[in-house]
Order: sequence, then structure tokens, then C-alpha cells
Amino acid sequence: MIVHVNGESLEIPPKMSLRELIVHLGMGDRPCAVEINKKLVPRREHETRILAAGEAIEVVTLVGGG
Amino acid sequence: MTEPAVPPLVVGPMTLRSRLVVGTGKYIDGTTMRAAIAASGADCVTVAVRRERLFNAEGRSLLDELPLDQLTILPNTAGCFNADDAVRIARLGRDLLEQLGNAGSSWVKLEVLGDRATLLPDPIGTLEACRELVNDGFAVLCYSSDDPIMACRLRDAGATSVMPAGSPIGTGRGIANPAAIRIILELLKSPAHGGSPDYPVIVDAGVGTPSDVTLAMELGADGVLLNTGIAHASDPVRMAAAMRLGCDAGWLGARAGRIAKKLYATASSPWEGTITSIPGE
Repeated sequence: MIVHVNGESLEIPPKMSLRELIVHLGMGDRPCAVEINKKLVPRREHETRILAAGEAIEVVTLVGGG
Repeated sequence: MTEPAVPPLVVGPMTLRSRLVVGTGKYIDGTTMRAAIAASGADCVTVAVRRERLFNAEGRSLLDELPLDQLTILPNTAGCFNADDAVRIARLGRDLLEQLGNAGSSWVKLEVLGDRATLLPDPIGTLEACRELVNDGFAVLCYSSDDPIMACRLRDAGATSVMPAGSPIGTGRGIANPAAIRIILELLKSPAHGGSPDYPVIVDAGVGTPSDVTLAMELGADGVLLNTGIAHASDPVRMAAAMRLGCDAGWLGARAGRIAKKLYATASSPWEGTITSIPGE
């Protein structure tokens, strides 16, 4: 199935959890915050949150800013 | 005799050793940024929340560059032009800082901007977002214009600190309207106007020189937040040190009781004992 990650379409297997996606993206050992369809999914829920086709996922981090 | 000390800055749940808060944006590289932060004396730095570079990752991230164990991180909502987006970004920043175990997870620098050209605050969006974030448990530090009435509205909405702009972000024009900043300080800090002396007011944005920082502090601000004035200086580390000194100079000077301004001169050396010809005498 297709989901949208940081604006890019990505094919993932069905019933993939958010945590599995983050590991798949190579972010497994780094802090990152995630929202799905513009709603925060707290870190503690990443393992249990199962992704659905078409969902818009944003993976964010901290960058330099003022 | 020991040098008079500048006390810490208390902002809601945080106690900061330095009254200068600096940004982490626009630096040429991480080494310069770290050196400039150290020279500034700041123990609190602002950061932004942005997309992770998942598909073309290169270079080191900010999290690799900052000594996170030594700094309190103040996440901002820069890039937000409506209240809903600002609330989203604030929550994402909090989740990130909780993962990092940084004390900054409990607060946010709220920016809701009006447009990309001026980067002036949208007062209505800022107020809406402030209310929602306060309800959500954040200590909210509100970036605002230098409008005194807006500053009071934000304070009344539960903002932990109001942070009026000296001048628009990144302009380096300094304190464009010192009278407005002074009125904000009066309204927010003077019991006669319903304020509290302990309410923290931090001048944020537009600062270009150490003397701008000093002026803000002499006016009575509790602290100054700046980024571009250091990051884009020719020598950011030297400028960071100068900003630190300017901040301390302003805080001490504001509390040292300046002399009254006079129209005519007053000699510093005594007239008594002069052996010279003095006009008119």
C-alpha cells in the first residue's frame, strides 16, 4: 500500500506499524517526532500505531532556528 | 571588591543563568555555532522544527552539533502563519524534547507570523494559539509586535512571557520604538497598571549590535533573544561575546541609577584652586 512520508509517496507492506516505518527509514536510533494527518502521534504510541493506506506522515526533527 | 553580579533570569518553570538567549539558525557551520553560543554565555538556545531529511540525508544534524546536556532548548514555531499550525509544531517540538530528556519540553517560543515578507506577528493568530497552548500545559513565550495593548492581551491569555520585537526579524534595525517597549514594560511590570515586577519581558528580534542589547536592557527588559545579529556577523564569536557584555552592561546600568540629563555642563574637575583665566570671571 502507499503512504505519503514527508511529501513523498512510499510503498509499504500492510499492517506496518509507525515504529517499523521509522526503522525502515533509517531513523530507528534517532529522536524524531511524527504526525499523521496533521495530528501528533506521541513517541510512546509509535509501536502500536498501525498505518493505513493513503495516510500523510510527517517525520520531523530539530534544526537551527531563531 | 567583587564585581556586581547579574542574577539569573526566571521565566516560568525555567531559571536561566544568562539573560541572553540566542538562536541556532543561519550559522556557516556547527563549529562556529558552538563557539558563538559559548562566547555568548547563553544557556538557552532556540531551535526550529522541520522535516527530517529522509530521502537525501547528508551532513550532521543540529542534534549532533549542540551540547544538549548543557543547554535548555527553546523550540519555536517559526514558519507558522496560523494558530493551528503553531499548535501542531509546538506539540511536535515537545515530543522531540521529551525524547531527548531536555527541560525545554515544557515551553515553547510561539511565533504566528502574518506574511513572509515582513515576518511581523499575526496578533490574532498569536492570541488564539497562545490560549490553546496554555490550555495544553505549555509555558508559552509569545513573540509579539511592540504594541503595548497586544502585550497585555497575551499576558492575560496566560503567556508566561511576552517577547516584543525590537524591529522585524533579521533586520538588525535595533529597538525601533523604545517608547513602545517602555510602555510594555510599564503595563506588564508595574502594579499600578495591573502588572507584576516579576513578569518576564524579553526583547526578541531585530537586534543588530551590542548597543541594541544594552538599550533593551536599559529600558528594563529582563532579557534579549537574538540570532541573526550574531550568526551573520563577520566574526560571530567576537560578536557573541560583545552581545553578552552588552546584556550585562544594560542590566547593571538600568539598576545603577543614571544621572539626570542637564542642558548645561557640570565640570568634573573642581573650580576651586584653578590658576587659569576663566571667561566671564
